[in-house]
This record gives sequence, C-alpha cells and structure tokens, in this order.
Amino acid sequence: MSSISNQPSPPLAVEMHDIVIRFPGVLANDHVNLTLKRGEIHALLGENGAGKSTLMNSLAGLYKPVSGVIKVNGEVVNFNSPRDAISKGIGMVYQHFMLVPTQTVTENILLGLKEPRFFVNLSIYNKKIQALQEQFGLRVDPSAQIWQLSVGEQQRVEILKTLYRGANILILDEPTAVLAPQEIDDLMKTMRRLVEQDKSILFITHKLNEVTAVADRLTVLRKGKVTAEGIGIEGVTREKLAELMVGRKIIFQVDKKSQKPGEVVLEVKNVSALNNKGFPALKNVSINLHQGEILGFAGIAGNGQSELAEVITGLRSCSGSIKINGKQVANQPPGKSIDIGVSHIPEDRTGVGTAPNMSITENTIMKNYDQEPIGNRWKINFTSAREYATRLKDKYEILAPSISTQARKLSGGNLQKLILAREISCCPSLMVAVQPTRGLDVGAIEAIQNLLLEQRENGTAILLISEELEELLSLCDRIAVIYEGELMGVVEAADANLTNIGLMMTGSMRSQA
Amino acid sequence: MKNPFTLQIEKRSEDIPKWLPLVTSLGAVLVAFIFSGLVLKMIGGQPLRVLGFFFTATFGSWGVFSDTLVKATPLIMVGLACSLAFKMKLWNIGAEGQFYLGAFFASMVVLVPLVPPDSPKVVVLTAMVLMGMIGGALWGFIPGILKAKYNVNEIITTLMLNYVAIYWNNYWIFGKWSDAGFQMTPMFEKTAWLPRLSDYAKQFNALSGITLHLGVVFGLIAAFVIWWIIERSRWGYEIKLIGDNPKAARYAGLNISRNIILVMMISGALAGLAGMAEVSGVVHRLQERISPGYGFSGIIVAWLSKLNPFAVIIVSILFGALIVAGREIQPSGIAFLLQGTILFMVISSDVLLRYKIRLVRYNEEKA
Repeated sequence: MSSISNQPSPPLAVEMHDIVIRFPGVLANDHVNLTLKRGEIHALLGENGAGKSTLMNSLAGLYKPVSGVIKVNGEVVNFNSPRDAISKGIGMVYQHFMLVPTQTVTENILLGLKEPRFFVNLSIYNKKIQALQEQFGLRVDPSAQIWQLSVGEQQRVEILKTLYRGANILILDEPTAVLAPQEIDDLMKTMRRLVEQDKSILFITHKLNEVTAVADRLTVLRKGKVTAEGIGIEGVTREKLAELMVGRKIIFQVDKKSQKPGEVVLEVKNVSALNNKGFPALKNVSINLHQGEILGFAGIAGNGQSELAEVITGLRSCSGSIKINGKQVANQPPGKSIDIGVSHIPEDRTGVGTAPNMSITENTIMKNYDQEPIGNRWKINFTSAREYATRLKDKYEILAPSISTQARKLSGGNLQKLILAREISCCPSLMVAVQPTRGLDVGAIEAIQNLLLEQRENGTAILLISEELEELLSLCDRIAVIYEGELMGVVEAADANLTNIGLMMTGSMRSQA
Repeated sequence: MKNPFTLQIEKRSEDIPKWLPLVTSLGAVLVAFIFSGLVLKMIGGQPLRVLGFFFTATFGSWGVFSDTLVKATPLIMVGLACSLAFKMKLWNIGAEGQFYLGAFFASMVVLVPLVPPDSPKVVVLTAMVLMGMIGGALWGFIPGILKAKYNVNEIITTLMLNYVAIYWNNYWIFGKWSDAGFQMTPMFEKTAWLPRLSDYAKQFNALSGITLHLGVVFGLIAAFVIWWIIERSRWGYEIKLIGDNPKAARYAGLNISRNIILVMMISGALAGLAGMAEVSGVVHRLQERISPGYGFSGIIVAWLSKLNPFAVIIVSILFGALIVAGREIQPSGIAFLLQGTILFMVISSDVLLRYKIRLVRYNEEKA
C-alpha cells in the first residue's frame, strides 16, 4: 500500500492518452497516444497535415482536445490557454518566430511577463539572462536588437524565452527548417545540453536524418493516427521511418541518368542587383548553364538566391548582362523571358505562383492564355482551356474535386504540381526553380524531383535554388554556392564535399575554381 | 447540462454551387424588408401599407415603372463602371466626377457648339455620346496614370477629382453658359434630346407621359459588353488575374500599368456616358446637381450585385425604385431605411457563402 513500491518508474514528463482533435471536415488527431520521459529528446514525425502541430498545440494550450487525457509530471491537466501550459512548465518554440525586431533580446524575453512592471532596469535583467545563457550554452548578446541577429540566434532567443518562463518541457516545431548546416549542429548540441540538465524535449520534424542524429525515441503520425508509438531509435532505418510516415515504400535514390550537357542556354555575366530594402543582394555574379544540365544554387536563405531568380525572369532590375539562347533579357519585362521559353517555379507558391481565388483552369492558362488554341484574337476559348486543364490535371496527378476548384483549396503539394505542370508545358528551354520542394511531404517531394529530372532528360536547362543540400547533391550536375550575393565557388556534384559546401555557405571558404 | 445539439459554424471547404449567391442575396433583400417592417411597426407605423404603397408607387403602373427605369438608367451605367474597376481591385470612387465631366463634355457639343447647330439629330447625338465618354475617360485617365506611374492611391485621387469636376461644371453654369443668371444653361435644341417613348404618343396613345429614354438601351448594351469583356475576353482574364493577385499577374508577364490606365479610362467612359444620358435624356440642359449622388450609389450597386453586370441591372432598378419611393413616401427617410438595411443584409449574407451552419447532435460529437 505504500507508495514506495511504485517508485522504480519515475513519473513521465508528459503523457497524452487517447487524444482526439477535430477540425471542420477532418479528424486531425484520432485517438493519439504520446509519452515523453524526463530528460529525453522525443521526435514527432509525420508528413504535412499528419496532425503533429495540432497535437503539440493542444499540449501548449492552444487547442482543446474533444476527448483524451493529458498528464504533466503525473498530474492530469486541463489547459484553457497557453498561459496555463506555461505555468505547468511547458514552452513551445514555433517555426515562425514571434519576436519584435526593433527591441533587444532582453526586452523580447521579458515581454508579457508580470515582472518587471513599469520601470525596467535592463542591466539587471541582462545579467539574469546571461546567467541563463551560460547554464545552457545559448550564446547571444542580450542587448542586441532582434533584427541584427541571424536566424539561428533568433531561435536561441525563442528558446531562452521559454526557459526564462521556467519551462522544463520544450516543444520545438520544425526547428531546423530555417537553419544552415552548421547552425543545425549547434542546435543539436544545445538540445543535448538541455536534456543533460533535466529538461525534456519534444521536437517536430519531417527530416529523417535529424531524428537518427539526436532523438532518443520517436513517435510517427500518419493522417492523424499513430503509426509508431514511442519506439527507441536503435536500429531504425530511414527507409523504415519513411514507410511509417507515408504508408508506402519510398526510394531515396533518385534515378539520375548520366548525360552530357548540351549548348549554353543561360549566360549570366557580372550581374549585380539590389534587394527590396535597397542593399546590394547580388555582387558581380557570372555563371553559365547548359542544355540538359541542372545547376544548383546552395546558400542560406536571404543570400541573394531569390534576387538571382528574379533578375533572370525579368522581375527585378539589375546591372550586367543576362543572355538566354543568345538574347539579352536583363532589365526586360517578364513577358520577354516567357516568350524566349523561360519557366519559373517561384519561391512563394501562393503569393506569386498562383491566383488563389481563381480556378485550376484559370491558373493553368496563366502563361499561354494569349496563344492559340486557348486565346484567339480578343477571346479566350474556354472549351479548349478546360481541355488543357483537364489534360494537365490528369497527367500530373493534381488531386482536386474538379478543374473549377479554386487554387487556394489545393494542398501545398498539389499546388506545386499545378505550377510545375503549367511551367513545364509552356516554356521548355530554361527552368528557374526556387525551393520547389520546400514544405512538401516525402511523397510530393519524390514526385516533384522526378519531374525535374524528366525535364533534364528532355534537354531543359534547370537552375535549381534550394536550401536542402541533400536535394542539390542528388539532383544537380553542378552546385554553385552563394554567400551575401557573391559566388563562393562552383563544384561538380559528383565529387562535392558537404563540409566544404557548408563552409562556403557561411562565407568562411572560397573554392579555387 | 449539455444541450442535445449545438449549432456549429464551419468554413466551407467544397466549391459553392452556382445558384447559392443568388439565393442568399434574394433572401437578404427579403430579410431587409421584414426588418424594416419591424422598425416601422415599432415606431407605430403600418408596415404592410407602407410596403404596399412602395410597390404601387414604383412598379404599380407603366408610368411609375418608367420613372423607376429613368432613375435606374444612370445607376446601371455607373454601377457597371464601378464593377469593372472593382474587378481589378481598382477602387474608383470617382464615378460621380466622371459623370459630371461626361455631362459637361456632352453639353459642349451643343453649347460651344462642336457641331453646326442645324446638324441632324443622329450627328448631334453621336457626337454627344462620344464626347460624354471621352470626358469621363479623361477623368479616369488622370488617376489611372498617377496610379500606374507613381503608385498614387486611386481612392484619394478619384475622390478629390469629384469635387474638381463639380466645381468645374459650376464655373460654367454660373458664368459663361448661364441662362440669364440662373445656375443652368439654356435648354438644348430638340436635336440634342435622346428619343423618349412619349415622343411616339401620337402613334401610340398609351405612350403619352412615358419618359423612358434611349439611355436605358445604352445601359443594357453596356451591361452585355462588360459581361463579355469580363467573362469571355483575354482582357477580362487579365483584369481578373491582376485583381486576384497582382504579383502573379506580373510573374505571368502581364503589363499591369497599361491595364490600370485602360480600366480606369473605360470605367470613366461608362460613368461619362451616364452623365451624357442624363443631360440629353432627362434634364435637357446642364445645371447644378444633375446627379443626386449617382456616382456614389454606383459603388453600392456594384457591391450589391457582386460585380455581376446583369445583376447590376436588377439592383439598379431596385435602387431606382427606392429613389422614386423616397419622393412619394413621407417621411422620405423610410426609403433610406430600406436602402441601408438592404445594403447591410446583403453584405452580411456573404458570410453564408464562406461558412456553413451545421446542426451537431450531442451524441454525434462523442463518436
């Protein structure tokens, strides 16, 4: 009868039992179980829309489950708001940071707390925060303003914020999505250090290699249901995890045929351009791209990649020369490059790539509505437009109720397939693809990558901008690395060295070539 | 204790059926009438009698129905002007000014005169139509080019240009063109009058006193043309694409600046045509306050008809009826009460297009 007999098993940090969360039309979490031991790193895996974030948001007090029990440190809890969750020591770091750019690190950490009330003696709090930093190895200048910090540093501020509020259980929502390779290593070290000091971490991801690198145990969700519950990391393979996530076998080796690149399609010479804020974004970039070749651009987000795509497609003005098939396109309107046969997979699928309230049909004809047979003189022939849309929808397996469905109702993967279908069909000579697989799930990534390789075999020259080094290594023929608008070097993908590319991405190395 | 069932509001995830917007709009008008009736009842009126009178005063005979249509005519054209611009998310609040300038330019044909005074009716009227549209287009071109070249907010410029146009007209009717010191120009010659049904009273007795003029035909033709442009033409596709996502439009290679200027000019031309029809078909001279705010009512008409050109015709007739009723029913505020509640209800009914209301039984929830 004494409680001592129960002692051998220490209380779990979190126990979620039989959680059901329902949204209009979907069962986001279908009787989900999850346990988090004290001092462990637990990975939560799943495709987009599998219900990972929903489950974690319910633990952070943002959603209330329809049914199910949540226990924190052995005690049943019933959260009505994030404040309740924080008071039980649960802190969540979201994928999109919630920081005030013009305030200092300390001010951001103190924001919304009861202490201090009116007068803030920042230097006292700076010291407190410094102490916290030393304890956990999260280095960042407390008096720096947020906008001066790198993305990795901002993430540390978010983690510090939860620790300062006394969090013992940290939830990290896709923490590596925004980081460079070296920063990812730093984050993993930090995570290890946190659990050494008795914190517990739940982290959401869909990158399989990170799971094997840092997690102790893992839980996999698929379509709201648990497919693997709290299994240990030993002996788990990437293939096995992918199968648990997607429900079928995924072949990681893409089938890249060896082929000789053809003639030069794109000739970029001494191109410089400014970004939206008026600062230099591209500095004297020169590079060539050939038929049937995929040239990758590696770099941490915001180092000039987007601007490069924009100057080539005519969306941004620049100095220097850009020739496509021998024709000058620098500083020409976007229509000109489309006429020459340049297709563009824009970074922002919803903001640039599609018109959200227009139908699939109207979105597929965006680049050829003025050409026979869809456009004749003044009119649009909607019969042939619908035929065209139906053909693309079938060929590229765009899943939607019908071709008159609005684009905004498509999932990310299907929207991207729509954009690819349109671009591949309209403009065959050069494709500029910016982050074509970002945020997509494993199944969609596979489909998109195969489409890109198919284009390569058809002789299209492809400029692929991506932050996923693995993707670049498996798809590209050559990889160019860009840092602060400067080309740090170009390497053959076949004999590329991951460490060197990482060093070039952070500007610490320049290749001789 | 739990309720046996609850009402849940859910976002619509499926496509909405084509008939639904029409049904919700009609339902909203009905609700507006019921609501206004309740208000009338509360203040001690007799709602059924008032509503009955409303219908006899506006649709009760050919004569009053013609009056309603005469009031609807400028609303149709101005409503179309706003619909076209709004389709591109170009907020042309300046239809009132474009209307005045259209009236002014059309009057120039007679008062300058731009065609010899003894020209045949066809020549005079054609010249007036063209000049009216040019005048409106000019008043649309100014905010259009400012927006296209310098990204000047069109809401401000079109709104301000309204006052310029009104005072410009006043300058001429108080001064150079004043009829013996009155704030109006002399009456136009009959050759500058749009044909009216009452012109044929000699042949058909029933037509005497029916003031409906050719302007309504302009409105109907314009509605068809605008429908065709928006729904069938390449240019209409461009307008819709720019309206839905200007960044996507630029990415697709469209010339946005040119389209802004063009749409503003066509929109202005339609409002200008309305001004021409009003001076030539109704007032027969240029005078102060030729528009009791048609240009602004056009904005409401465009919204209520959800930018559908054919719905613009129906809504304009309803609003024409409200204007006529406001003249007949005392106090005239009742017409405004109706107008306001209709607007409010129709705009609120939009919620039903985006959300659906579902009855959820308690035991279903537990499953």
